[in-house]
Amino acid sequence: MIKEYSSISNVAGPLLLVEGVSGAKYEELVEIYTGTGDKKRGRVLEVDKDRALVQIFEGSTGIDVQNCRVRFLGKTLNIGVSDDMLGRVFDGLGRPKDNGPAIIPEAMLDVNGAPINPTARDYPNEFIQTGISSVDGINTLVRGQKLPIFSGSGLPHNRVAAQIVRQAKVLGKEEEFAVVFGAMGITFEEANFFIQDFTKSGALERVVLFLNLADDPAIERISTPRVAFTVAEYLAFTKGLHILVVLSDMTNYAEALREISAARKEIPGRRGYPGYLYTDLASIYERSGRIKGKKGSITLIPILSMPEDDKTHPIPDLTGYITEGQIILSRGLYRKKVSPPVDVQQSLSRLKDKGIGKGKTREDHADLFNQLIACYARGKEAAELAVILGEAALSDMDKIYLKFSQEYEERYISQGEYEDRTIEQTLDLGWELLRMVPRGEMKRVRDAYLKKYYDARPARKASITG
Amino acid sequence: MRNGEITKVSGPLVVAKGMTGSKMYDVVRVSDERLVGEIVGLAGDLASIQVYEDTSGIGPGEPVYMTDEPLFVELGPGLIESIFDGIQRPLDIIKESTGDYITRGIEVPALARKKKWHFKPTVKAGAEVGPGDIIGEVQETKLVLHKILVPPGIKGKIKDIKEGDFLVTDVICTLADDKEKHDLTMMHRWPVRVPRDYKERLAPSLTLSTGQRVIDTFFPIAKGGTACCPGPFGSGKTVIQHQLAKWADAEIIVYIGCGERGNEMTDVLLEFPELKDPRSGEPLMKRTVLIANTSNMPVAAREASVYTGITIAEYFRDMGYSVAVMADSTSRWAEAMREISGRLEEMPGEEGYPAYLAARVSSFYERAGRVKTLGKPEREGALSVVGAVSPPGGDLSDPVVQATLRVVKVFWSLEDKLAYQRHFPAISWLNSYSLYIDDIADDVNKMTAKDFTELSREAMKLLEQEAELQEIVRLIGVDALSPEDRLILEGARSLREDFLHQNAFHEIDTYASLVKQYRMLSVCMFHYNKAREALKRGVAFDDIVKMDIRNKIARMRYLEESKLDTIDAIKDELTADFDRMIKGETENTEPETARDKVTEGHGGKK
Repeated sequence: MIKEYSSISNVAGPLLLVEGVSGAKYEELVEIYTGTGDKKRGRVLEVDKDRALVQIFEGSTGIDVQNCRVRFLGKTLNIGVSDDMLGRVFDGLGRPKDNGPAIIPEAMLDVNGAPINPTARDYPNEFIQTGISSVDGINTLVRGQKLPIFSGSGLPHNRVAAQIVRQAKVLGKEEEFAVVFGAMGITFEEANFFIQDFTKSGALERVVLFLNLADDPAIERISTPRVAFTVAEYLAFTKGLHILVVLSDMTNYAEALREISAARKEIPGRRGYPGYLYTDLASIYERSGRIKGKKGSITLIPILSMPEDDKTHPIPDLTGYITEGQIILSRGLYRKKVSPPVDVQQSLSRLKDKGIGKGKTREDHADLFNQLIACYARGKEAAELAVILGEAALSDMDKIYLKFSQEYEERYISQGEYEDRTIEQTLDLGWELLRMVPRGEMKRVRDAYLKKYYDARPARKASITG
Repeated sequence: MRNGEITKVSGPLVVAKGMTGSKMYDVVRVSDERLVGEIVGLAGDLASIQVYEDTSGIGPGEPVYMTDEPLFVELGPGLIESIFDGIQRPLDIIKESTGDYITRGIEVPALARKKKWHFKPTVKAGAEVGPGDIIGEVQETKLVLHKILVPPGIKGKIKDIKEGDFLVTDVICTLADDKEKHDLTMMHRWPVRVPRDYKERLAPSLTLSTGQRVIDTFFPIAKGGTACCPGPFGSGKTVIQHQLAKWADAEIIVYIGCGERGNEMTDVLLEFPELKDPRSGEPLMKRTVLIANTSNMPVAAREASVYTGITIAEYFRDMGYSVAVMADSTSRWAEAMREISGRLEEMPGEEGYPAYLAARVSSFYERAGRVKTLGKPEREGALSVVGAVSPPGGDLSDPVVQATLRVVKVFWSLEDKLAYQRHFPAISWLNSYSLYIDDIADDVNKMTAKDFTELSREAMKLLEQEAELQEIVRLIGVDALSPEDRLILEGARSLREDFLHQNAFHEIDTYASLVKQYRMLSVCMFHYNKAREALKRGVAFDDIVKMDIRNKIARMRYLEESKLDTIDAIKDELTADFDRMIKGETENTEPETARDKVTEGHGGKK
């Protein structure tokens, strides 16, 4: 039974207090009719006796205490899903935005989803070749992983994400990725960049877009990632597609969450973000993965901009605790014209160990990347010393490492935006660079691989030019 | 069954009226979906309830059913190799009944009710038994002999006890005391928030070897001890927890995944049945109990999961086993407390955490220990706890870290700086500490050699000297150091790279026995001491650094446990090499300056 009330007692920010309500449920969906006939949607955040606290998705503009009517719909936020959604554009709540026909739902699903049973999960271990050396070689992405890009304003995170989307493939398999793109509070220009890029590469008909742009209601953003994941789950686990979910920008999402928390006068945690930010982010991120016996998978690449490039800011910090690694973009490298400016030392892919090696990439991959990072780290230390003492004060070995780290940045990390390196090329390039360093320093590599790859120069030319 | 009525729903917190007669921490069933909840506050006839399942769609007016019981776990055969959620519901069974996603209101018994176990009595009818006495055994897995104990609070004379295949709910033994008759089954229940009784606490004196060099050699943990590893994300907390769960010298492992990633639990589930215990050769899963409450599962159950885990661990301790609990991560547990506390509108302490945070943390770790258990035959059990802490931004001033450090005796400080250099385990050798070193020195030395503790002290001194010298190097460059000091840097570097660094994903390097650790360390230190001697006797620093044998030292870690003698052989080779160099030096009649030129020439050539 649907009930309607006109007993709003209080409006504060995006929140609405309705009194005299009977039978309202937690998380129930609500429709609000303003005096001018506009319809807004909201959900119940708290019910206390006969009072219901409602969060309005579209913001409270135009709502008054006298004339508004509130309807409790008796169900939680659902979305109709269908594979016809591929190639379409929706708003942040999942309503068509491209003047196309309405979606005829094949199923109605609760946007909040349910946690995947850990025993039902299948471990992500299929290597995704992105064609970017600093990702494939060092921070390998696997199918079903959640790997965020930590960036800052002015850094080319969108280009990196677009390049990954464009080039991502699983070797030896023909299936392409379908993309679910959730935009939260990004500008029209940024969204348009992605749309143009999808159009150019012909991928647009395999993309579902959810757009909540900077001028759309901020509170709607709370639902955008959940709606996106609901569609992604349907496409992946019911329709058997491999889905790449790109969410941009999670910082805007968390700020919307903070707005609501502040309006509810909750005790804030760090920097005013609510204490449950971790749990809330986890309920989004953890929806990606693989399920045993299901063909499809969900790989997640959330993008978030770190305020002041500060990795310890609550949003990147809590994200890093949930996701399986992170790709961190470095302003220092970007200034040096290294692009994509992936900070390979701070970046990490936790799932790489199961996704690389014999039969996946190549037997020597693990030892090689450990050695590369160890050498690069030593080179960076030498570079720091050189800044203080001058290069002349370095020991011979340190000079070698310094040279190595420079070459590594210029040739390995740096590559063209449309350059798609195979994993073989990436690995061989790694060995080519390692040969600058004496063999005795190769402590992280097994003898057999040293013989096979370090000593024996491969016949083909490994060097790549952009 | 009595019931109350919901008046308020706010996330995982539900308030109900008409709850007179219920007690704190009683379990209730919320609404007709029968969600599991626990009473965390009482005021008049109002009860505040934390609900262990998602509360969407629940509203005022719905009933709350009282059970008048606290939160229990079921203890008996069937625990090992299981994976439970935070309130001990078996996730594999849930998957069979409800599919790939966890839905609400599921009621499944923790221990399988249909499986039969072979029970073998160890006492005869007519014997007088009391709480904690072993009355029989069940071979639960190849690694675990499950002892059946007389449950707490029950005693009497055995009237009847029988051998055979039974369900966990079948009566296997009847007792009679003066007043009443007790029917015993293989299973009993115990409230999770109450520590299980023991006869006597003992001081820790045995080492819990973990196969991890930096831990066992420098910052060891004792059987029955407590340790914590705080660190920022990406510093390898979970890998360390997994390594300990794999290789720690304990008979039972309880692994609590508290608010962490789902894929990590899957990793354990897939990997542990494959990995072999280095001592018995059996799959590691056969001694492991998993508790999984991943970050997207309901937050209140996260709070319960650490208690569920440690209660199961105590039960195995009471059988006389050495048990190790890994809790990853206790910060998520504390955050769950914070969330519930916030919704209860309690006055917050630091960073919004409740004022009772430190008390809860310390009483959790205090459930660890080495004890003389209740009952006959006399036996000792040990329960060690290792907790990961995930402070925001790696900041050690975080209240959870501080509360933890006040109680634990071992601190493994994980540093992101080491992780960036891919130095794993990223345990800082300068900031970490262990307060057990002296307590367990005898035990360690007995297992390895008389001078192991001494040797590790010496090595630590070298590492500390390195840190001091590094500061000088940073200011004025390495050239300004004397050859002796440069040798310290080289010696420490060899310790760092050849000993401390350990690759968890290398099939051999992942585990090093104490004996292997001792031999490796003694070669490193032998090399350093020989080099110092050679330097004194005139051998050039550059020549020492270029010795080929360093390659062999670097590869000691890849030697299998069965080939450890080759490590000692390196010492002989080292002695021979150094003797040759010293001899060459004394025979060398060239003037000082000319010789320096020669070495430089060598350095340029490759």
